[in-house]
Amino acid sequence: MGMMDQDFIDTLLLTGKLAGWTTAILFVIGFPIAYLLAYRRFPLKSFVEALISMPMVLPPTVLGFYMLMAYSPQGGLGNFLQRMFDVRLAFSFGGVLIASVIFSMPFMIQPLQNGLTAIPKSLREASYTLGKSEFTTFVRVLIPNMIPSIITAVAMTFAHCIGEFGVIIMVGGNIPGETRVASIAIYDEVQAMNYQTANQYSLVLFLISLVILTVIFSINKRKITII
Amino acid sequence: MMQKENVESQSNSVPLQGLGILSISIQHAMHTSDGKKMLEVNTQIMPHELLCLFGHSGAGKTTILRILAGLTKPDKGRIVFGDTVWFDSEKKINLPPQQRNVGFMFQDYALFPNMSIEKNIRFAQKEKDEAEVEKLLLLFDLAELRHRKPGQLSGGQKQRVALARALAAKPSVLMLDEPLSALDCEMRAALQHEIRKAHQLLKTITLMVSHDKYEIIKLSTSVMVLRNGTVEKCGKAEEIFGTASHHNGVHKTACMNLCVH
Repeated sequence: MGMMDQDFIDTLLLTGKLAGWTTAILFVIGFPIAYLLAYRRFPLKSFVEALISMPMVLPPTVLGFYMLMAYSPQGGLGNFLQRMFDVRLAFSFGGVLIASVIFSMPFMIQPLQNGLTAIPKSLREASYTLGKSEFTTFVRVLIPNMIPSIITAVAMTFAHCIGEFGVIIMVGGNIPGETRVASIAIYDEVQAMNYQTANQYSLVLFLISLVILTVIFSINKRKITII
Repeated sequence: MMQKENVESQSNSVPLQGLGILSISIQHAMHTSDGKKMLEVNTQIMPHELLCLFGHSGAGKTTILRILAGLTKPDKGRIVFGDTVWFDSEKKINLPPQQRNVGFMFQDYALFPNMSIEKNIRFAQKEKDEAEVEKLLLLFDLAELRHRKPGQLSGGQKQRVALARALAAKPSVLMLDEPLSALDCEMRAALQHEIRKAHQLLKTITLMVSHDKYEIIKLSTSVMVLRNGTVEKCGKAEEIFGTASHHNGVHKTACMNLCVH
């Protein structure tokens, strides 16, 4: 039983680690992308927006399949990484993390983009006429005025990551301590008829997701009443 | 030197004085609700001038201010302030707003909602100067509101903050887009006085969009009347509108009396 508990905790920690890293990486690369999409015009912008939103409509298995192909030692990327750095992405935490970043992208970028577009243009322009650079304006004017959108983006990405199943099973499989996150464990335990353990995992995921979504909804309500 | 000569060659009637002449020669296609209109302005604004832009909505008043501030890029032309070229379509020069040192007061005030009144003013300063912040807070009767956020202010209070913030940057050209429209009569008269005082104090070129002939007569050194993108008339307010008493007939209200004195 003690072993079971350790396994249970490890799986949840791995789930948290994957969601945490995905969210952190996406925050860093998602903000500049959201900024460009919100404020710049460039060719094929609609196409780029559509591409980023694809994970919202595609079955996770589609992306998972292509990622697996790319990762395989016979594939271009997998071959290159294997030879140059001795890194194997298929069925590893790194591979799952990359797939998870790509798959959760719209959940980070869309709220950030919406938050940026909702800020009146004149605020940016006022800051520019006061001699402030685009970066200073971003840090001191834009970010402080879109906190609810930032919290929504981070929470949505984290929650979505915890709930991810299809991509992970395709790319990562079910390796304890490496790719076996809670959603995979539930499936696995049910296959093995361990309904008790499956229920424990399910309950934890259910409660975490409920808390995160409640936070998002209450923040967005508060935003409306302030304005 | 080259640029200076150009300015001089453009100004036949008026000799160059110091650094302060703003010479504008622009063409810009405006896309308005009633179709495409060409905005065409060729003028020189002298140092110390307070020029009011007057005209129907859609005539191009705000667009001119935006072009001068570097927020809208005109299709063609040249803008020179002193010996600095702000814009030259032929030489592909277009200084960003940050390098033009203009003060812009937006119609929607554009106060930063995350900052208190005091911080809004401080943010505008290029060099920290607490004494100046205090002075502006007092001048615009904002001292008691200093810790409030813009969301907690009335329209008139916001306008005063916006004006104070525009001045805090010590701009060399000040642009006011309908700065007094949301104020009640008393406050309006008081702020007209403040604008005049600030203008006399800073001696900066000031461009102000206004719909109020009385205000224009009271404040401006000259008026530019715009119609559908072109300058219809330009000159002293009295010459263009006649004396204030001329117009009293139709518009006279208790409010107008108070504002005009």
